[in-house]
Amino acid sequence: MSTETASDLQTETAPAGTVGARFDVAALLNYLRDYGLVLALIAIMIVFQLMTDGTLFKPVNLSNLVQQNSFIIVMALGMLLVIVSGHIDLSVGSVAGFIGALVATMMVIWPLGVVSNPLVASIICLAVGGLIGAAQGYWIAYHRIPSFIVTLAGMLIFRGLCQALLGGGASVGPLPDDFKALSSGFLPEVIGTYTVIAPTVNANGREIMGTGLVLHLATIVIGIVGVLLFAYFGLLARRTRERFGHENEPFAVFVVKTIVISAIVLFLTFQFSTYKGMPVVLVVMAVLIGLFTFVTKRTTIGRRVYAMGGNLKAAQLSGIKTDRLTLIVFTNMGVLSALGGLIIAARLGQAVPAAGLGSELDVIAAVFIGGASAMGGVGQVAGSVIGGFIMGVMNNGMSIIGVNVDYQQVVKGLVLLGAVVFDVYNKNKG
Amino acid sequence: MPSTILEMRDITKTFPGVTALSNVNLHIEEGEIHAIVGENGAGKSTLMKVLSGVYPTGTYSGQIVYRGKECHFRTIKDSEHLGIVIIHQELALVPMLSIAENIFLGNEHAKRGVIDWNANETRARALLKKVGLSEDPRTLITNIGVGKQQLVEIAKALSKEVKLLILDEPTASLSERDSQALLDLLIEFKQQGITSILISHKLSEVSRVADHVTVLRDGHTIETLDKQQINEDRIITLMVGRSLSDRFPPRDPNVGEVVFEVKNWSVYHPLHADRQVIKGVDLNVRKGEVVGIAGLMGAGRTEFAMSLFGKSYGRRISGEVFLDGRKIDTSTVERAVDHGIAYATEDRKTYGLNLIDHIRSNVTIANLGGVSRRGVIDDLREIDVANDFRAKTNIRSSSVHQKTGNLSGGNQQKVVLSKWLFADPRVLILDEPTRGIDVGAKYEIYTIIAKLAAEGRAIIVISSEMPELLGVCDRIYVMNEGRMVGEMAGSDASQEKIMRAIVRGEGKAS
Repeated sequence: MSTETASDLQTETAPAGTVGARFDVAALLNYLRDYGLVLALIAIMIVFQLMTDGTLFKPVNLSNLVQQNSFIIVMALGMLLVIVSGHIDLSVGSVAGFIGALVATMMVIWPLGVVSNPLVASIICLAVGGLIGAAQGYWIAYHRIPSFIVTLAGMLIFRGLCQALLGGGASVGPLPDDFKALSSGFLPEVIGTYTVIAPTVNANGREIMGTGLVLHLATIVIGIVGVLLFAYFGLLARRTRERFGHENEPFAVFVVKTIVISAIVLFLTFQFSTYKGMPVVLVVMAVLIGLFTFVTKRTTIGRRVYAMGGNLKAAQLSGIKTDRLTLIVFTNMGVLSALGGLIIAARLGQAVPAAGLGSELDVIAAVFIGGASAMGGVGQVAGSVIGGFIMGVMNNGMSIIGVNVDYQQVVKGLVLLGAVVFDVYNKNKG
Repeated sequence: MPSTILEMRDITKTFPGVTALSNVNLHIEEGEIHAIVGENGAGKSTLMKVLSGVYPTGTYSGQIVYRGKECHFRTIKDSEHLGIVIIHQELALVPMLSIAENIFLGNEHAKRGVIDWNANETRARALLKKVGLSEDPRTLITNIGVGKQQLVEIAKALSKEVKLLILDEPTASLSERDSQALLDLLIEFKQQGITSILISHKLSEVSRVADHVTVLRDGHTIETLDKQQINEDRIITLMVGRSLSDRFPPRDPNVGEVVFEVKNWSVYHPLHADRQVIKGVDLNVRKGEVVGIAGLMGAGRTEFAMSLFGKSYGRRISGEVFLDGRKIDTSTVERAVDHGIAYATEDRKTYGLNLIDHIRSNVTIANLGGVSRRGVIDDLREIDVANDFRAKTNIRSSSVHQKTGNLSGGNQQKVVLSKWLFADPRVLILDEPTRGIDVGAKYEIYTIIAKLAAEGRAIIVISSEMPELLGVCDRIYVMNEGRMVGEMAGSDASQEKIMRAIVRGEGKAS
């Protein structure tokens, strides 16, 4: 996946003195292989865009897509670390359901005074999620109980507690609007709107949805600033590498990559700006993606997780405290599961017994589609996020087309298998 | 004239971008022990994989003529069917199955799918007797040592009515005594008419048992020598293509004060709580000194080193460790590393490296603090460090971003060394530093050891190859059954002296 690998291949396969077009084609093919997953996502998007007669990329639907699937990506970030460290967590869907039930009960049913405040309740629930993760991690790290078993137990326990808390089959709600904003809210429009085409007004003086073109300027500004920063930091990193005399990917590849990513980001922000602006949950997700990319790529703790997953014994003999690291990884997973639970509850506006049911499988699938190895030691944040989007686009697209829920599962299963087979094949070839 | 059992003619095998074998010829006579030697990457293992059908017919060019008939093996089963059995360097035994189950795996005495355990056990006992292994066939593989596992592999080969036995580095992980026993076994087989092909790095073994030696270099057959022509120096010259005037680099030891000292070290077995593995061991190393620990397999050398290094082995560990005369705590690997102690393992694939990651992150993993600030890794500095060590230890790779799993044994060992050198240890424990690597790479490792000692580090070398210890060490401890049974200066040590210490120690221990 990394650019370094690509440049290795290049130096190995290209004989010295080969110049000109052939060299570039070979290099380009290598890069395409590296970005195969992105291309797959784009292909899937185009297919559904055509099959849904253009509904997929409509601003309303994009907002829906993000709001419906963000919890999968949020949890996939934690799951990536779990899987890279050589473990698995089956309990995340149940933990999310339990936390949703807990936060709803705290805000709606229990008379807790200030603690019923949505923000306070949410923070407490994230902490509870962390405790749950730590409790499971404790058995895995310090008692060497296989994570599959511990989290299978957790899956049963927390689904049961979720239902018990909600008093059997009941749902608890409605939840306060302030809380719901986590999922269904949009960033406040601080700059204002710009009307390109005035919306049509109906007989009652109300605007008709979907007509006219009103831009939320703050969203557009965020998009443009984001793209500029992305390009700036990309260039800066290249410059530094050059100064230290290290290899860079070819400039043309860098330019094309930056332009393509920028175009996608600008297109999406533009689409959001024509609706209600940037969804809050998208911002939360983006911040977390940035954070976890940094943690996995640049920090010592991230590096140690990869080392532990790659060869546990070698990591221990290199002075890495693998027990503590495992505990941290599962604690982190617990917090992110809790956040996922909050996002689900906020979107539904209530806590239901089936919240998050089966989502652990979507989360795990996203990570594996994203190229992580079931043996541990391999996997990237970007891959998992794209894997999450692939699952999300398929969920959303198939719902719009009206594919039966049963067959949606079949398709998702086939895509998971296909993605991993492709990846394994690709690696053996490379 | 003895009849020919096997001829391989003009074997050429290419992998994408590399020619592993080019027109290799091999001629094996019935009932002989034929050694194949060559540096790592010379093509020995590839040749044997072609012979045994691991690389099926059609993926290489050339002819295999076995007992006068040309053969086209599609799978290993095809070659085994004709009595050609290969025992790989990495043993292929299932640890949680018993000896008998492993011997007959895939080949059980069974009636309509129902296994007759009594018949299996009886056969297994007979086979174990043949290879001289006195273990209950119901013992799990995981509970016996590597040397015995090797014998189980051979018993397994015998169960397949072997005619041509191929052994790939069979003694690489065996002690001197187990190696001798294994070689004696080969000679016994020879008398029974079993032909053996022995792939080995240990030239002393080759010259002891081989009737012919074929030398491979860079995928070419260089020469086949017969018994009268076998001579270690000549073989080395043929292997490396240049004359190696000395197998060990010259050193001018400059030994100072005692740096590292262990007193009364005792360790119990992790599973059998009442079995004492290390029994009150004392040891010291001086600044700039290379100290060897000699001993047989199972003497407790690795267990001693690993228990010292962050209690990585054993239970109920007691004893004291001193650095510069001050008592230190080495109860976790992290603390040991902080005190400047490093342990480079004997088993680099299992304990030393993250094989799926590249050289760069393997080199820095034991000292990430050295390339990071407040928990954030400085990429560029890390690459610089990795490149620096790649040059210093002469790691042959396309770049520091090559996966360590794709490197040869010698280069992997250099990555392990680099990892510990970057941690800048004052005391470096090297456990079998040259196991399974070729003569050229060995010399490079010895050079690195000499350089480290010259820098004033204290070095402990654990090795089962006595000439190696005699070649690199200033002082040699002899360990046997968990005790130090001898200590001698390198200058007046000899193989006989070491063996004598072991034998005497054995008498004393009982």
